[in-house]
Amino acid sequence: MNIEELEQIAESVRQENAKYDHEVNVCMDLACFSQGAGELKDALSKAVETAGSKVLVRRTSCMGPCSAGPLVMVDAQQVLYQHVKAANAEAIVASLGAVPVAELQCDLREHFDQQMRVVLENAGQIDPEKIDDYIARDGYKALVKALTEMTPSDVILLLTESELRGRGGGGYPTGLKWGTVAKAGGDLKYVVCNGDEGDPGAFMDRSVMEGDPHRVIEGMAIAAYAVGASKGYIYVRAEYPLAVARLTTGLREARRRGLLGNNICNTPFCFDVEIRLGAGAFVCGEETALIASIEGRRGSPKPRPPYPAVSGLWGKPTLINNVETFANIAPILRKGGEWFSSMGAGRSKGTKVFALTGKITNTGLVEVPMGITLRQIIEGIGGGVPGGHAFKAVQTGGPSGGCIPNEHLDLQVTYESLIQAGSIMGSGGMIVMDDSSCMVNVARYFIEFCMTESCGKCIPCRAGTAQMHTLLTRICSGGGAMHDLERLEDLCATVKETSLCGLGQTAPNPVLSTLRYFRNEYIEHIANKRCPAGVCAMDAAALESAAEVMA
Amino acid sequence: MAVYPMPPLPSDDKRWKIVSGAMRKNGFARHALIETLHTVQSSFGYLDDESIRYVARSLRVPLSQAYGVATFYHYFSLKPPGKHTLTICSGTACFIKGSDALAATAKKHLGIKAGETTKDGLIGLVMARCVGACSRAPVAISDGEVAGEMTSEKLIEQLERWTVE
Repeated sequence: MNIEELEQIAESVRQENAKYDHEVNVCMDLACFSQGAGELKDALSKAVETAGSKVLVRRTSCMGPCSAGPLVMVDAQQVLYQHVKAANAEAIVASLGAVPVAELQCDLREHFDQQMRVVLENAGQIDPEKIDDYIARDGYKALVKALTEMTPSDVILLLTESELRGRGGGGYPTGLKWGTVAKAGGDLKYVVCNGDEGDPGAFMDRSVMEGDPHRVIEGMAIAAYAVGASKGYIYVRAEYPLAVARLTTGLREARRRGLLGNNICNTPFCFDVEIRLGAGAFVCGEETALIASIEGRRGSPKPRPPYPAVSGLWGKPTLINNVETFANIAPILRKGGEWFSSMGAGRSKGTKVFALTGKITNTGLVEVPMGITLRQIIEGIGGGVPGGHAFKAVQTGGPSGGCIPNEHLDLQVTYESLIQAGSIMGSGGMIVMDDSSCMVNVARYFIEFCMTESCGKCIPCRAGTAQMHTLLTRICSGGGAMHDLERLEDLCATVKETSLCGLGQTAPNPVLSTLRYFRNEYIEHIANKRCPAGVCAMDAAALESAAEVMA
Repeated sequence: MAVYPMPPLPSDDKRWKIVSGAMRKNGFARHALIETLHTVQSSFGYLDDESIRYVARSLRVPLSQAYGVATFYHYFSLKPPGKHTLTICSGTACFIKGSDALAATAKKHLGIKAGETTKDGLIGLVMARCVGACSRAPVAISDGEVAGEMTSEKLIEQLERWTVE
């Protein structure tokens, strides 16, 4: 495979597509599928058979605004239809090349105009199971360019220039991480893609793996070339069967095209990837626990150092990056480091994909440049809180993050500013809450999550989260005392400082951030035995069982 | 290196051949333990003592380690599933949109706790961490079919449909 051959494939796809007068893209992602996109596509395919013009009906991945689904896009972004039913298929096909069907047309200009698509550039445009569709949109050009025109250190230099930081949430500079693995000794190294999207309320990685699997594979192959690895693993949640299927197909197609395997592009570079299934353990998103899980053991983290970059999978130097980080690699190599670092603000460059969910009008996937304000995302792109309710808080970073209140909505989205506000960037979950959510109950929900997901290896996390859960349950059922708040804060500090891995170290964040911004709700629960949002039952029965646990 | 004899297949059930094939594909390597348990669960629906023992002996993994892995990961179930399975997502987005109430409805209607199966073995209730359909929260999955914007009424309807069958 070389650049000319890639061009040939792309050209043949273009010629094939040119045979059709119109293209109709149907979103078949989980959200649209659960609203009947399957029948819709069948109906469209049937309707075009009798149409006068030649029409290509294509299955695509998530287009973004899931709340408007099932979505249909006609002729590459010209017209977007929302809430399409199978019964509308005839009308849509009949309108091709003429006036669009007005009542189905979707006006989400404000939603799309403020977004910037890098990771999701192919979303809704390609068939995820066709490697040639990806190649026709400049796919694998970056890999071929890296292998034939660049040295591994050139690749790392370019990445350092781009100032890309890890998209898993921590924000470690990717160039630096790659450099460390490249410098590590030994001839056997591994590249691991962390697709264990355990953060509840986030589905960006699922969408990328399902919708554009080759982008991840290409990113991993470039990484392997840069650090000198010959073997890769993609660790995917077993809860995402479609992502597993799409990646399996993607790997097979890439091998068939000679983009994985031995002597890729007639160079000495050899690389192949295997899929490993997770089995429902949040802690496996932590890199040392993830390694243990790939090795077939329980996902217990290990103290660092040694970092996986020096001693990781089976004791070999291992590069671990998140799905979204790998998805950013190919565009950076194609367009240059400067292009990437020109987007964003401060030390956070590029874009970030968020899963915008909860009490918000336009739920779905959005990709925004770093430095955009939370208000722009929630009120502009998200369309605000529906149903006449008032905005209360936005939760980022999942169980490791925090809740950010109204007065901080003008905060710029960067790694640093979110930490300052008591939350974290996280992997990209963004859950909006309105006045019908009780913040104490939300804190209890997250602590319950961390308590059940704690692997049990270190005591602060195992016992600390359980004690915090008991205290919060007591407050939620109206049996709390004022000094419980001090106890909570004390526990938070201990768990944060003394836990072994990221799970325990960040588990107190939801409690700390709600104590910081919504302390009055806690006090209302304790002093007046009243839940301002009307969520907590305040019943004595639950209280007694909580007291038992404490004793 | 000593050569250990492979344990015989526990029974004539053809599904054991699938399990054995999955182990062979990975060269009976110890790190294939989780992969193999996935195969067992997808073939048999759950992991029972016999299957864990068989896999542990075949992969030369201590029984304690195999049992440890099987119980550590939430995805593995040690109890047989019901004929139908209702999964309610309890991810953050679903929680904010009232998955608690859905779970309470289902528990009350079925008279069981989460993770249990009704006495007649008809319906099992599972709480999932997050199924990634957050934009359609709250989400419930009936026998693999994802339904978004779930309400208590729709949930009861589904449960009754299963009972009538």
